[in-house]
Amino acid sequence: MKIVLNGETRDVRAETLSDLLLECGFSGRVATAVNEDFVPSSLRIAHKLTDGDRVEVVAPMQGG
Amino acid sequence: MFYGIELPNPLMLGTAQYPSPAILEQAFRESGAAVATVSLRRETGAGQTFWQMIRELGVLILPNTAGCHTVKEAVTTAHMAREVFDTKWIKLELIGHTDSLQPDVFQLVEAARILTEDGFEVFPYTTDDLIVGERLLEAGCEVLMPWGAPIGSGRGLNNEYALRSMRAEFPETPLVVDAGIGLPSHAAHAMELGYDAVLLNTAVARAGDPVLMAKAMAQAIHAGQLAHQADPIEARDMAEPSTPVVGKAFLS
Repeated sequence: MKIVLNGETRDVRAETLSDLLLECGFSGRVATAVNEDFVPSSLRIAHKLTDGDRVEVVAPMQGG
Repeated sequence: MFYGIELPNPLMLGTAQYPSPAILEQAFRESGAAVATVSLRRETGAGQTFWQMIRELGVLILPNTAGCHTVKEAVTTAHMAREVFDTKWIKLELIGHTDSLQPDVFQLVEAARILTEDGFEVFPYTTDDLIVGERLLEAGCEVLMPWGAPIGSGRGLNNEYALRSMRAEFPETPLVVDAGIGLPSHAAHAMELGYDAVLLNTAVARAGDPVLMAKAMAQAIHAGQLAHQADPIEARDMAEPSTPVVGKAFLS
């Protein structure tokens, strides 16, 4: 299925958000949102993705 | 006291724009800054190393919602930050104007209410408007962070009168001058007005020698804090001799 991951269209096999993170090599401290809604880490396993979903994966970064 | 926490040092230092991670680390060590502001951005691989380094600094972490323009965006970012950084603290930024990065205070109050009800401890980046300050406190904020000048401008305290009024209006609320500091004298000035802390980033990170500037800022903030406690004299228009007049030898 096609999803938009951090602004880039990707063809992925994963069906849940947690599988998507594995498939795309994300690990460590990240937070996720799907279609502009926060998805807590505890709910990623149960979160089914659908075609066209917009997924954001963010991590700690420098800030002021 | 910031939500029940006493800072060992009233300097809150940003972590962006340093020439290298090593210089950032040294700037924190030299200044003894108590709080590090951080952000969340799309993970490109650099996030985990950065997080490791920040944790090793052993300072309090204050994540921001920098770059957010809507309540929804800021609230979602705050939730993501709470999970990633494992803190209830959030520096709430809601940008209203592209050139001045002036906060959109209407959305700021709304977002502050939503986040407070959700258990966050909100540090709102606001203007020096007293009524907005009042509304933010009503919304549940226990700290106010008025700007000194626009972010990154280094102009110092643009409106000393307004910042002074704010201090007088909210005597019990921890107040932080956030943004606009360019020089140690600006930071000292904020503390002389009785502010509880100063938050700055660009003035240190973009200085020719960030480590030295971090140290200068820390010393200025300390001096300003002592000066406020020492109850400074009022300025006056006419001179007043400091040396006693009585007893001067008659020599002309």
